[in-house]
Amino acid sequence: MAHNVNFDLTAQHMEAGLESPVDEEGVHDSFNQLIEDQRQEAFELQELQRELDEEERDSVAYLSSPGREIWRGNQWRGEEGEDEEEGRQLDPLIEERWSSATLKVLSSMPSRTIGRSRGAIISQYYNRTMKLRRRRQSRPSIKDFSRSARPSIRGYGMESDSMETEGVDEEGRKRDHLVNNLQNLSLSDRVRMLRAMPLSVAEKSELRGLAGRKGQRSNHSQIPCCSQLKYHIIIALRQSWYSCLSFLHSLQLWQVALKRVSGRFGTGVLSYFLFVKTLLFFNIFLFLVTGLFLALPQAVHPPTLTQGHEAFSGLELLTGGGYFSDSVMYYGYYSNSTLYKDCRVTSSSMDQQPSPSVSRRTMETDCGVKLSYSMPLAYFFTIGVAFFITCIILVYSMSKSFGQSFRIDKSHGILAMKVFCSWDFKVIKKTSVKLRSENICTQLRELLEETNRKHVQKTVCQRIGRVLVHVLAWFICIGSTVACVLALYYFSEYMHKDLQYRSRIPTKDPLLKEASLLALPVVVSLINLLLPGLFNATAWMEEYDSPSVNTYVAISRNLMLKVSVLVVLCFHWLGRIASDPHSIGLQCWESFVGQELYRFLLMDFIFTILDTFFGEFLWRLFSQRVLKRKRKPVFDISRNVLELIYGQTLAWLGVLFTPLLPAVQIIKLLLLFYMKQTSVMMNCQSPRKPYRASQMSTIFITLLCCPSFLGAAVCVSYTMWSIRPSESCGPFRSLSTMFQSGKLWVKELETHNPNLAWLALVHSYIVENPLFLFLAAGIFLIVIYFNTQVVDGQRKIISLLQEQIENEGEDKKFLITRLQAIHQQKRPLSPRRLTSQDSNG
Amino acid sequence: MGNKQTIFTDEQLDAYQDCTFFTRKEILRLHGRYHELAPHLVPMDYTNEPDVTIPLALIVSMPELNENPFRNRIVESFSEDGAGNLSFNDFVDMFSVLSETAPRELKAIYAFKIYDFNVDNFLCKEDLEKTLNKLTREELSPEEVTLVCEKAIEEADLDGDSKLSFADFENMITRAPDFLSTFHIRI
Repeated sequence: MAHNVNFDLTAQHMEAGLESPVDEEGVHDSFNQLIEDQRQEAFELQELQRELDEEERDSVAYLSSPGREIWRGNQWRGEEGEDEEEGRQLDPLIEERWSSATLKVLSSMPSRTIGRSRGAIISQYYNRTMKLRRRRQSRPSIKDFSRSARPSIRGYGMESDSMETEGVDEEGRKRDHLVNNLQNLSLSDRVRMLRAMPLSVAEKSELRGLAGRKGQRSNHSQIPCCSQLKYHIIIALRQSWYSCLSFLHSLQLWQVALKRVSGRFGTGVLSYFLFVKTLLFFNIFLFLVTGLFLALPQAVHPPTLTQGHEAFSGLELLTGGGYFSDSVMYYGYYSNSTLYKDCRVTSSSMDQQPSPSVSRRTMETDCGVKLSYSMPLAYFFTIGVAFFITCIILVYSMSKSFGQSFRIDKSHGILAMKVFCSWDFKVIKKTSVKLRSENICTQLRELLEETNRKHVQKTVCQRIGRVLVHVLAWFICIGSTVACVLALYYFSEYMHKDLQYRSRIPTKDPLLKEASLLALPVVVSLINLLLPGLFNATAWMEEYDSPSVNTYVAISRNLMLKVSVLVVLCFHWLGRIASDPHSIGLQCWESFVGQELYRFLLMDFIFTILDTFFGEFLWRLFSQRVLKRKRKPVFDISRNVLELIYGQTLAWLGVLFTPLLPAVQIIKLLLLFYMKQTSVMMNCQSPRKPYRASQMSTIFITLLCCPSFLGAAVCVSYTMWSIRPSESCGPFRSLSTMFQSGKLWVKELETHNPNLAWLALVHSYIVENPLFLFLAAGIFLIVIYFNTQVVDGQRKIISLLQEQIENEGEDKKFLITRLQAIHQQKRPLSPRRLTSQDSNG
Repeated sequence: MGNKQTIFTDEQLDAYQDCTFFTRKEILRLHGRYHELAPHLVPMDYTNEPDVTIPLALIVSMPELNENPFRNRIVESFSEDGAGNLSFNDFVDMFSVLSETAPRELKAIYAFKIYDFNVDNFLCKEDLEKTLNKLTREELSPEEVTLVCEKAIEEADLDGDSKLSFADFENMITRAPDFLSTFHIRI
């Protein structure tokens, strides 16, 4: 069948192309007579025919062929005896042959005329010119076209010889047009447009050369010196940008590893590893900022310690205390002084441990201009700015991801999408390819079944049973979460009391005391490890129909658990410990909280390792050796990603108290990546259920932003604004809140330099006044509201337009049948056509 | 590059960078891969743009394409002569379109070409049938295939001409968020 089709097509192409110019006039006449009553429309159509500008002229000939194809297709359908509704609708069209007038109407059918985006038009045009060239190449007379463009599926139109020369001229003009277009763009836009053109590289580089040369020439002629210089500067800048880009590219992490993972598991599992990568970049950024502005200056000029360093015992790696406790790791180590460089300090208002140092603002003292670095201020602003930039990056990536993955209109077309968009071109492993096509097969079958018997009515009993099961499942989940959280609450209280008790009587064994601090993190990590298993079991009991609902439910339950655990922990740290640090004998509660966060982060990591080892490796061995099952465990993407988000929340919470916590998190993520990669490659099989990767990654980035980052930011700003910092350690020791440091600095600035009084004013209005915050939040909300309204409007317009397109299609179909019928009456079939029809059969 | 043999002039590399989504290094790597496929055919020196093509059978043997059900169509869509012989330019072009940064529109154009088996500028029923058979390794029964084809065309066809033009296809693609990430081959 397929072969026949192709032959038919070319034959018809020929005919259509040759025929149309001949009886065009006659067609116009008949056309006008026929639809006199719809003069308006006819007029439009005629306009279309006559004034088809070059582009249309290009396309009409080739567009005519598809028309024939429809006809043929329908005929074939008719033969098969398929009584689809659509088929019947088109029935009247079947028997007639298309007149060229009809073909032209067809060529202006919506699907041929709308939506031809610029790129498509360019490609279409170029493919046609290439055709022309190729034909000329075959002729000895014209030979100076050595290059040929991409052959293509587009532009199978055939022109008569007379049209050919015209076509070549047109080609020249079009090319000039394109080149001109390119020249009018700025350099970066030009590159962007060139890249996005659907042409072959050879064509593009030629266009680029032309555009560049012309541009240069005009530069030479018009403003010789200045713009040439500019031109060279731009070129040089671009060169350096490119080299910078390729350097960055060579830095690109895990290229090979990611390729291997995606080649075996496809986009779903890959999204987990990409998420790890994203988090890694966030942490590297945080680490660079805190390391550069806080840890480095402080490490270069260490404060004099009151007591000597404790010996390194090994347990520190787990608890983060002991040897580490008096180091740049923690808040307590940072001095509240202003650090000076190369100058013996004679007049310094607030410092206790003077030390020379690096620069931030200049100050006049008796040895002239020198550089000084105010630690409290640096601490305050570094943390603030780091959070602010992280917030902006997060919101930006979130909005971008939203734009990509949630389209305005997603009403229908699931089956078509399955067919054309479900293949993952990344997958290159044989068994995975096989598995994947099996998956697609079953999904298609399911979809077919769904569309066939829309809804199976369930009996009332079944429904009630269903609802009861859901209620029970949610009851179990919420109940277990509440129980765990309560247990955690009382356990942390108990541990707190224990600490108070221990602080009162000096213990003989400090190691034991250190080790007892590990109890709380272990309990929390155990909860985090075990409860998701319970949730999975309940989900299995519930038997959700669609996998996406299943995933959403699982995510929301896990999220509920993690959020409530973190709330209890935050209360424990900020409420219990920070409010009364002396009761447990703490000099510096910030450092203690920092250590706690370090412990939690580490325990989380250790439990992930255990989980990977037992849950994936041993389970695989068990199920393969003992249960003799062929299946390997499936990598649970959403649970793993949620664990990552939990860890990241801890890291963000801890930055204030442990400026080097991001470094720990970086090491953790690096190890995690390699561990998970090996484990996945060794133990897991690609997921059986479809996984909508881009939507899920949007959800994950949203979760990372909304409860995770926002919660951490709220906690940190609460600490900064309203909790009293320790009096004997840290950069904020003499202040009532951390926030005071900024205020003091502004006041000091004002006294030193009256010209900067406006800064103080700005500071007091913007930072201290809550009204400004409210205003900003209000504006933010209004912008969001407007955006949702715009999207809503667009959605409505889209549905209206779709309706309109459908109606127009119907109208055109009706017109075509009328036209065809009358055409038939007016002129009997010509013998030539008859023969061609015979050859078709 | 240093003291190694020059493969491309700076001018050529700039042109490649401007016209594709690759950096210098990647272009050189691609050349390496291309050379690997047919060491006796492809010269190391590309400064004078030799007219060399590699046949489809060799290209398809790359691990990136070897298991892809649409491998022949991909190579054919990008080959200059339509028969599947790829010059280095075509080769670069192919992976540029399939790279991560290529815009949706460009990807859609070439995806359309790939799925258009009979090269008539429309995705008609046969194209769909072939696509389906490749996707599912001919595991669906013929009835199921025709049913899926009809439904799919019905869903995606905007103007009811019972086949998908590029406009229909593009419209559908814009509603498939995963397309951008799945129509992507890491090289």
